[in-house]
Amino acid sequence: MSFLRVVWLLMRKDLIIELRSREILYTTLFFAVSCVLVFAFGFVREGQPMEDVGAGILWIAVAFSGTLALGRAFERERQSETMRALLMAPVDRPALYVAKLIGVMALMAAVEVIVVPLVALLFQAPLFQHLPMLLALLLAGTVGFTAVGTMFGAMLARARSRDVLLPVLLYPITVPVIIAGVRGTSALLQADPDPAVARAWLSLLLSFDVVFITLALWTFEPVMTD
Amino acid sequence: MKRVRSAWRVLLVWLLIAAGPAWSLAAGAQQPRPQPTKPAQDEFVPIDQLPPGEQLPAAPLLIAAYSVAWLAVAGYLFSIWRRLDRVDRDIAEAGRRLPRA
Amino acid sequence: MQRLFLPLTVVVAAMFAYAPLMIANAPFESTMLLVQKIFYFHVPSWFVMFSGAFLCAGASAVYLAKGSRDADHYAVTGAELAVVFGLMGLITGPLWARKAWGVWWEWDVKLTLALIVWLTFVAYLLLRRYGGPGSEKLAAGVGIFGAANIPFVYYSVNWWRTIHPKTTVVPTLGPGMRGAFWFCVLAFMLLMVLIVAARVRLERQRALVDELFLELED
Repeated sequence: MSFLRVVWLLMRKDLIIELRSREILYTTLFFAVSCVLVFAFGFVREGQPMEDVGAGILWIAVAFSGTLALGRAFERERQSETMRALLMAPVDRPALYVAKLIGVMALMAAVEVIVVPLVALLFQAPLFQHLPMLLALLLAGTVGFTAVGTMFGAMLARARSRDVLLPVLLYPITVPVIIAGVRGTSALLQADPDPAVARAWLSLLLSFDVVFITLALWTFEPVMTD
Repeated sequence: MKRVRSAWRVLLVWLLIAAGPAWSLAAGAQQPRPQPTKPAQDEFVPIDQLPPGEQLPAAPLLIAAYSVAWLAVAGYLFSIWRRLDRVDRDIAEAGRRLPRA
Repeated sequence: MQRLFLPLTVVVAAMFAYAPLMIANAPFESTMLLVQKIFYFHVPSWFVMFSGAFLCAGASAVYLAKGSRDADHYAVTGAELAVVFGLMGLITGPLWARKAWGVWWEWDVKLTLALIVWLTFVAYLLLRRYGGPGSEKLAAGVGIFGAANIPFVYYSVNWWRTIHPKTTVVPTLGPGMRGAFWFCVLAFMLLMVLIVAARVRLERQRALVDELFLELED
C-alpha cells in the first residue's frame, strides 16, 4: 500500500472516531478558552488588560492546548491497545507519524479559530490587521510544535509517567517555536507594525519545521521498535 | 585486599585535591589586593572604573562560586564511586549464587 | 583503558590542585577585578556541558542506528555530564553576574541557550529514570532532538539583546590569564575523560548484573 494511502486511511479512522464522540475537540476547546480567560484575569491592570501581552498569551494558549490534545490523541490509542496493532501492521511506520501529525494539526486549527478572536477581543490586540501574515505564523508555528509533540507523544504512549513527561520533554525543544511565534506576532501587533521582522521570524519557523519533521521521519522507526 | 589498597589510593588522590585550594588560599591571603602596578601587564592595568556606590564585596561571591564547583565535582565523583561499589557487590553476589544454580 | 585510569586520576587531581595557584597568580582583569576569577572555572564547565550534550546526541544517534548497547552507555554518561557541569555553570554564572553586571540573570543568547540545553538533558535523565522499561530508545530520540535544537535556540534568542561578553574575549586575554585559562580548560577536559571512563564502566557493570540475575532466574 502506498505511503499516502496509508496516511489517508489512518487519518480517516481518527477523524471518524473523533466525529462520533467529539470528546477531544470539545475538551481541548474548553481548555483553551479557560486558559485565555485565566490569563485575562491574571494580566489586568486597573481594570484594563495589560498592553502588548496578546501575542504571548495567544501562543501560550496554543502550546498548552496542544500539549493536552497530543496527550489525549495517543491516550486513545493506548487504551484500546490499538498502538500495538498499528505498529505490527505491515506499513511504513512514518506513515503513522504523518497521519497523527495531520490529525492533531486539524484539531489545533479548530482551537485556533476560537482562540485568536478571543484573544483579540479580551486583550484588544489588533490581530486581524495583518491576517495573512498572522495565519502564516500560526500555521508554521503549529506545525513545528505539533511535529515535535507528535514524535514525543508517540514515543511516550507506552511509557510510564507519560502525562507529566510529555510537557517536560516538549517545552525545552519547542522554545524556538514559541520565541519566534511570539516575537513575530508582536511585530505585527505593535503600534508601528513591522512585517519585515515578522517575515524573518516566519522563515525561522519554516526552517525549524523542515528540520524537525525530517528528523522525526528518520528517527520514528528506530525509536518505536522495541 | 585489592579493594583496601585502591581505597587508600583514592583517599590520597583526594588529599592532593584538597591540599591545592587550601594552600593557595593561604598564599592568596597574603597578597594585597588589588595590585595596580605589576610589570609585564601592559594591557590589563586595572583602571578604577567602579563608581563609588556600587561596591558589592566580591570575595563571598568568588568563594561561593568555587565552593559550588568543587562540591559539584566532588559530589558527582563520589556518587559514581558509590554506585560502582554497589554494582561490584551485586556482581560478587550474583557470581556466588550462579555456580550453585 | 582500565590501566590508564589511576594515572589519569593522579594527573587530573594534580592539575586541579595546581589550578587555584595559577588562578590566584593570574593578573586581575581591569574592570571586574577579583570576581572575574570565577571565569576560570565557569567557562570550562560550559565547555564540558556542551561536550557532554554532543556526546549524548552522537551516542544516541549511533544507538538508534545500530542498536549498540555501549552507545547507550555513552549517551547516558554525556547527559549526566551535561546536567552536572551545566548546573555548575548556571550557579557560578549568576554569582559572577551579580557583581559584574548588577543582576543575577539576563535573557541573553548564551545564558538562555545554556539553560534550554540544560533543561533538555534534565528531561532526558527524567525520562530514563521514570519512563519505565524501554525508555532508553525514547531518551535517545530526545537527545538527538535536543542537540538539533541548539542552533535554533541560538538564532532565535540572538535576535534579542545580548550583554554576555562576546566569545572573542578569549583571544584578547593577557598572557598571565591565558595560561591559567587554558590550563583550567585542559584540567576540565581531562576530568571529563575520567568521568566518562568511570561512568561507562558503571553502566557496563550494571548491564552485566542484570544479565547475571536474569540467568539466575532461569
